[in-house]
Amino acid sequence: MTPDLPTIWHWLDEVPDPEIPVISVVDLGIVRDVAWQGDTLEVAVTPTYSGCPATSVIAMDIETALYDRGIRNVRIKTQIAPPWTTDWLSDKGRAKLADYGIAPPSPAGGPDTCPRCGGTHLTRISQFGSTPCKAHWRCDDCLEPFDYFKCI
Amino acid sequence: MTDQSALFEYLLRLGDNTLVLGHRVSEWCGHAPVLEEDIALANSALDLIGQTQMWLGLAGEVEGAGRSADDLAMLRDVWDFRNLLLVEQPNGDFGQTLMRQCLFDAFHLELLTDLTRASDDRIAAIAAKALKEVTYHLDRSSETVIGLSDGTEESHRRMQAALDLLWPYVGEMFTPDAVDNAMHAAGIAPDLTALRTRFDTRIDAILAEATLTKPDSTYAQSGGKTGFRHSEHLGHMLTQMQWLQRAYPGATW
Ligand SMILES: [Zn+2]
Repeated sequence: MTPDLPTIWHWLDEVPDPEIPVISVVDLGIVRDVAWQGDTLEVAVTPTYSGCPATSVIAMDIETALYDRGIRNVRIKTQIAPPWTTDWLSDKGRAKLADYGIAPPSPAGGPDTCPRCGGTHLTRISQFGSTPCKAHWRCDDCLEPFDYFKCI
Repeated sequence: MTDQSALFEYLLRLGDNTLVLGHRVSEWCGHAPVLEEDIALANSALDLIGQTQMWLGLAGEVEGAGRSADDLAMLRDVWDFRNLLLVEQPNGDFGQTLMRQCLFDAFHLELLTDLTRASDDRIAAIAAKALKEVTYHLDRSSETVIGLSDGTEESHRRMQAALDLLWPYVGEMFTPDAVDNAMHAAGIAPDLTALRTRFDTRIDAILAEATLTKPDSTYAQSGGKTGFRHSEHLGHMLTQMQWLQRAYPGATW
């Protein structure tokens, strides 16, 4: 029996992002489309950053997860337009990021509160952090550094 | 020159700019003055290499000779490269690297902005993707140029020297040739004169805040994007970048 699309989306929502494993590839908003083309399941994936080294790992993880569920023919299609935006992060994903210690993207261009202590006295250290999608900030209340998932 | 061969050349220019600059910037990996800057340089390099994969991938597709982005990057000789002379210039000190980056980023951002409206959807899509990344690049390079230039006497002196050294390479970005004109006529490439005006507005504002003096000379080095005459530095860079694929053709890991 061919699994229906909501079931497949649910399975994909269990595939963790390789760099931030608390959120799924669906939370991240990089799975753009899932559709059956005959007996082949086509999954459209968009890269976060052009050079993000996780992109090929993500494609492999998605394929593996679907094979494990018994889907034999999977085709991963890279789709770059429209370009990925942090607006596509799910609400569930944002909440999980904050729990994990990464401040979620904010329209203000910087974090609202420190993900560790909730402090609001924050200083930007660098727009470039430990991965392409993050910036490096410091909380001046608890004096701890933290990652901010920057808007793009 | 047919439109197809002009398009191939144009895509090589876009991809070679990001490839050569991406490689140059990656040379800093593990050597930057502070950890945060090391990370920022590595991330910028990564963005540029990612953009290269898209531009050269499309170039290979347009050429139709079965060459992949990797083939184009690793198996061409120096005279087949079509990057601007600016991006192949050596890193120098940290200030010189950031000055080169800032001059290129200001051009790159304006160019990509126009390319998002290109008549070719594939080019518009890559430009839209790259533009988001390059916006962050210019934020950082311009802030750093301003910070260092308006810093100590020593840092100011070095930044002015970097500007004086690199300024003769700015003109090439805006000097149109047959490829640029064919691509402009095809609704792909922008009018470089209008682009220059926007570049100048940006750079003048940055240099003013940086307390730097823009060189008077309008002399422009040329020969990079046409491949007619690269500086001696590119060949040396390629011996490093291409070494593995030249010594062990087809090696994978
Ligand atoms: Zn805190």
